[in-house]
Amino acid sequence: MTAFWVRYARNRGAVAGIVILVLVLVLAMAAPALYPRSPWAMVQRPFLPPFTNGGFPLGTDTMGRDIASAVAHGAGVSLLVGFVSTLAALLIGIPIGAVAGYFGGRVDDLLMRFTEFFQSVPNFALAVVLVAIFRPSLVSIVAAIAIVSWPPVARLLRGEVMALRGREFVQAAVLSGQRSGPIILRQILPNTLSPVIVLGTMMVAAAILLESALSFMGLGDPNIMSWGYVIGAGRTVIRQAWWVSLFPGLAILLTVLALNLVGEGLNDALNPRLSRKTR
Amino acid sequence: MTVAPQNHAPQNHAPQSHAPGEPVLVVEKLAIALPPGADRPYAVDRVSLTLRAGEILCIVGESGSGKSMSANAAMGLLPETVRPVGGRILLGGTDLLTLDEAELYAVRGRRIAMIFQEPMTALNPLMRIEAQIAEVFAAHGLLTPRTRRSRALELLAEVGLPDPGRAAASYPFQLSGGQRQRVMIAMALALEPQVLIADEPTTALDVTTQAQILRLIRDLQARRGMAVMFITHDFGVVAEIADRVAVMQHGRIVEEGAAADILDRPQHPYTAKLIAAIPDMEAGADHTARAAPRASVLDVEGLTKTYTLGGGLFRAPRTVAAVRDVSFTLGRGETLGIVGESGSGKSSVGRCLVRLQDPDGGRVRLGGIDMAGLSGEALRQARRRIQMVFQDPYGSLNPRVRVGRAIADGPIAYGEPVGTALTAASALLERVGLDASAADRYPHEFSGGQRQRIGIARALALKPEIIVADEAVSALDVSIQAQILDLLDELKRELHLSLLFITHDLRVAAKICDRVMVMEKGAVVEIGPGAEIFSNPREPYTRSLVAAIPGRRPRATPPEALASVSLASAPFAATPLPAAIRTPV
Repeated sequence: MTAFWVRYARNRGAVAGIVILVLVLVLAMAAPALYPRSPWAMVQRPFLPPFTNGGFPLGTDTMGRDIASAVAHGAGVSLLVGFVSTLAALLIGIPIGAVAGYFGGRVDDLLMRFTEFFQSVPNFALAVVLVAIFRPSLVSIVAAIAIVSWPPVARLLRGEVMALRGREFVQAAVLSGQRSGPIILRQILPNTLSPVIVLGTMMVAAAILLESALSFMGLGDPNIMSWGYVIGAGRTVIRQAWWVSLFPGLAILLTVLALNLVGEGLNDALNPRLSRKTR
Repeated sequence: MTVAPQNHAPQNHAPQSHAPGEPVLVVEKLAIALPPGADRPYAVDRVSLTLRAGEILCIVGESGSGKSMSANAAMGLLPETVRPVGGRILLGGTDLLTLDEAELYAVRGRRIAMIFQEPMTALNPLMRIEAQIAEVFAAHGLLTPRTRRSRALELLAEVGLPDPGRAAASYPFQLSGGQRQRVMIAMALALEPQVLIADEPTTALDVTTQAQILRLIRDLQARRGMAVMFITHDFGVVAEIADRVAVMQHGRIVEEGAAADILDRPQHPYTAKLIAAIPDMEAGADHTARAAPRASVLDVEGLTKTYTLGGGLFRAPRTVAAVRDVSFTLGRGETLGIVGESGSGKSSVGRCLVRLQDPDGGRVRLGGIDMAGLSGEALRQARRRIQMVFQDPYGSLNPRVRVGRAIADGPIAYGEPVGTALTAASALLERVGLDASAADRYPHEFSGGQRQRIGIARALALKPEIIVADEAVSALDVSIQAQILDLLDELKRELHLSLLFITHDLRVAAKICDRVMVMEKGAVVEIGPGAEIFSNPREPYTRSLVAAIPGRRPRATPPEALASVSLASAPFAATPLPAAIRTPV
């Protein structure tokens, strides 16, 4: 485990990613304390430029709402949506991919055609349709993102499991009388962990972007302040009040960048070929 | 075969010809440091060697002895984390260690060439052979495109490829292992280097092919007056090819001298141990005695397995008969060896018996049940009685499962309580010569030989009657190999097991087997007591296999023995099995 962190820390970008991510997490947790008032509350005159009023460092939007408060409260929503929807996508994708890869043949054909059905519709279009049908709410947004993002997980798992299936230790398990279920769970899945963790990190970033895009389109949960919503609301006045869209935009940029850096760092640290080279 | 015309030699550098005996490559007190945390500070520790023109110097050692590292240092091919920290490697007065990458380009290929163990990975799978050889000239800016091609054809003819034109137009996957290695040698010879470094060039090859390649290297070396540094772990190969020998252990040279002296009168205990560890071909008298008839536990009748490949809408599928009508019996307490070259179907037989593959026909009678016809739960129950030890000590253990649990998993799957199974696993670990505390550790903490012991313990955990060992010692160093063979033999007697020992190495088969079955192209060629098969083979194919075993006779090999070898394995043999099937992983 220490060897893992030493390898991870060798990638400076990945360390920076972790730092940013922790800062965003702290911001999200501190938001109710820092800004006890609802981020929807109108607290100052509209179009207050940033850095002019000490109480409202990032200015206010078209309706006099505090942008700093919106960014802080939005952080929690973005992280929550990102992590929960990724978890849900993994829960759908891993079993489907593992079963398809392990049993092969007709089971594989069936499951993969099913997967391709989801892959053949553009992600964002499908998410928009799903949210629109189920009425925008936090749950429907998370569900929609999970539904559009599991196919790559299933594909990855199928490939990994197929490769591991032919390995001698799996054949040894078959010969020693173990049944398929335990073999998949105990012998195969633990060995697919590294690529799944890396993919998962990248998926969190993608989910945050997807949620922002939905909110930008006005398909966000109307009761929840999110970064995408603020950008969307500010887009019509971007020439007069650039700050409305800029700050939540920067927040998205930094968070997604941080997640990608972490993903890359994990990839380096978990990649056995690289680690063998440094041994 | 004619000597390659010299006027094709690259003109802009006159190959300095060396009088025989003159030093060409001198390694002086070479030291290569390993990264901190490795098992020893130096991979290569103050090694000094002199390679003279016109000689073959064998560097022998077990894995991890630093033999390849020394050669890679000369080519500037060391991995990033290890670096030379002292000494010099002199080639005609220049210290190769001081050269930068650009200067090394001029040396590599042109003055020192190298051939590797695995020709499939050393060749580019997407380029035709001709283009790959032409690239050697192009990289050094020599010849014109047209002359490059014709030179490539000459080289392919020189390394003894029977149809150079066809080989030149082939992709690597269309050639056999031996042919690929010939292509590698042709590429290495392209620029007429003074020094050829051969790093285990025959280890991946079948025994008859190995004999041919060794002879080719010897011929070319004599014809061109090259100096050859030949790295190997196999003293049999040393006996075939070496003029001088250097034995390495833990990064040091422990003994160096003329081949005959080292082989007959080893001075250093390590050398003596290595030579003693080579299974000798004279099967012991007790084996002959044990080849007496006995009650059979396994009856195989007409076993057949055919692979169907490819085949699409407009293409007929191709079928390859991997196992054709194989019948044999295995007696209680008997060790039956299945030997053959790659693609002979010996592994397929083993895999059909344990039902990792489903046979297409035939019967496998195991104490009254036909294993070949079972499926589902009945198969699961029958499998307890026949277990397998795998080839790859690294791939056959799950890196994420503790050793004790890996052994206990089988009994647990058959309903044994976890606690009892784990206790039994610890006892088994002790039985195979490991510490009981090994149970709590992960596979990566063990060496190859230790892992193979764990694999054996796992196979024993279900108390089987039969153990199928598929190339179980092929990936191990000779000294470890001997230990594992002894362990298997001992366990077999103690537990009254029957052993089906699949191997390509006839020396190993001779050491451990009571009876031997020789296979070729999926069919049984000959079956009989080991001593008889090896000392007095009846079939020509078996004779050619036995004749090709390296190091069996003094170097002056009678030409007729080798002639039968080259006839035995016809070049471009009728479409060999695709690699994917030939070597199931």
